[in-house]
Amino acid sequence: MSFIHDTLIVFRREMRLSLRNPAWVVIVLVQPVLYLVLFGPLLTRLPAGALGGSVAAGTPAGAAAAYRFFVPGLLIQLGLFGSMFVGFAIISDWRGGVIERFRVTPVSRLAVMSGRVLRDTIVLVVQAVVLVLVSLAFGLRAPVSAVLISLGFIVLVAVGLASVSYATALTVKSEDAFAPMLNSVIVPLVLLSGILLPMTLAPGWLQGVARISPFRYIIDAMREAFAGHYANTIMLEGVLVAVGLAVVCLVLGSRVFVRENA
Amino acid sequence: MPIIEARGLARTFTSRKRTVHAVRGVDLTVEAGEIVGFLGPNGAGKTTTLRMLTTLLEPTAGTATVAGADLRRNPLEVRRRIGYVPQAIGQTMGGTDPECLVQEELLDQAALYRIGRADAAARAAALTAQLDLGGLDQRPVKTLSGGQRRRLEIALGLVHQPPLVFLDEPTTGLDPQSRSNLWEHIRGLRSDLGTTVFLTTHYLDEADALCDRVFIIDNGVTVASGTPDELKRQVSGDVVTLAVNGAHDKARELLARQPIVADVAVAEDGGLRLSVVNGAEALPALLRVLDDAGITLASINLSRPTLDDVFLTMTGRSLRDDSPSAAASGQPESQPAGEE
Repeated sequence: MSFIHDTLIVFRREMRLSLRNPAWVVIVLVQPVLYLVLFGPLLTRLPAGALGGSVAAGTPAGAAAAYRFFVPGLLIQLGLFGSMFVGFAIISDWRGGVIERFRVTPVSRLAVMSGRVLRDTIVLVVQAVVLVLVSLAFGLRAPVSAVLISLGFIVLVAVGLASVSYATALTVKSEDAFAPMLNSVIVPLVLLSGILLPMTLAPGWLQGVARISPFRYIIDAMREAFAGHYANTIMLEGVLVAVGLAVVCLVLGSRVFVRENA
Repeated sequence: MPIIEARGLARTFTSRKRTVHAVRGVDLTVEAGEIVGFLGPNGAGKTTTLRMLTTLLEPTAGTATVAGADLRRNPLEVRRRIGYVPQAIGQTMGGTDPECLVQEELLDQAALYRIGRADAAARAAALTAQLDLGGLDQRPVKTLSGGQRRRLEIALGLVHQPPLVFLDEPTTGLDPQSRSNLWEHIRGLRSDLGTTVFLTTHYLDEADALCDRVFIIDNGVTVASGTPDELKRQVSGDVVTLAVNGAHDKARELLARQPIVADVAVAEDGGLRLSVVNGAEALPALLRVLDDAGITLASINLSRPTLDDVFLTMTGRSLRDDSPSAAASGQPESQPAGEE
């Protein structure tokens, strides 16, 4: 199919350019470890029960429970920060005339986005795998199927967020406008999604507000998976929200890229 | 069949209840094998027209056939058949990624046109030779000089051997030497590859030196078209100013009788100022007449109207006024084309 062929051309080009930058490669690999090393130790010292578990803090079982709580949040945080920021690169590509050059060739205009999104998704999955592996060394104990389910969620989140990031960046076409937009979206999302602390600690009104964050549902579903629960309404909600998010974002993104004057 | 045929091509932009008629009705006919220049002051609709012809912008009215495909009904086919080199300054740069290697850019571009690997490598090799990029294959784009980078951008527009290539401000931002070098390469596109070239430019000397024909656009409509010489002749004839040794009145009388001389006046410095239709052809005849009458010349000078004069007459504006770069090109407009 020509669309897949075109996507792979763009993907190959973007991946090659990314890998050529050693700083980028180091940051991609070190970033998940940093989150874990700088924040993980705090969690394992929380009083028993604070994270919803019932095992004592300071014990290996307590650490495992803490990481089962913490790792899903970190995975989503990686996605939020990683995928939402990809749009910056397309502003410089647009300014460099690269986007315009591609748009005058017979290549699918949608592939200009999808090839990049594919690169970003693969990068995020690699980061997620690194994060999970390092967590195992730190004391995480979780079922393999939970990890695979989480990676599935990560793919959906990366596809959705990267598409929206590119579409937004290509619409505003200015780093100066894009940066504050990102901050005003990401910070509330991080706070409301229960990434760092469980939303069950929040007062009722805040829990209500947190329901508007789609990541709240996704993280809850991932935590269920890590706890070994796969078939319940929390999981169903998480899957529906993640798929819905990816589809809506993809459609929004495609419209910007296919429209005549992007 | 013309390679570009546009009739009444128009584009309006609507934003916040305001309607802007960027292009009101452009008519263009370009024959295969021509080098055509598209001239216009900023805001005249030059870029909008180019973006329509290259499928970057959909026309709101009019029809066009580009390289044999219908622009409005089959833009994808147009894209397959044309090459496009974006402008290298201003809102967007010329379309290359500074981190890419020269070879990678060429091969990626070939892949976008679904050219197989072996063919792509052969095309890349041929183009690097044609455009003097030999030995730069493995260099990152960011290490190229301005002229080299521009030639790479042009090479990218030619990877799929299009019969027609659009160059948006091809030499803007280059130093004079790189400019004349690039002109040679653009002439080579036509003579060696048979490519039709449609270029926009701010430089009148460029249009004069490079283009077989120019279109002038103003206020969203094409106001004039023709060879640079035709356009200049439409505006006013050439002017010959001369001074003779003695016999001033006799010379004046004699020259006024010549059919090729439209008018004789006395210039401020006392010399004679003749209006002629075609100065280059008139000069030998005038010299012979004076020589036969035994009158010796102290000085003679031919000045021809420039494209800027044409521009001024057609649009009421001087192109130089809105383009400081044209004045900075270091090429006085009164020099005849071809000496540059």
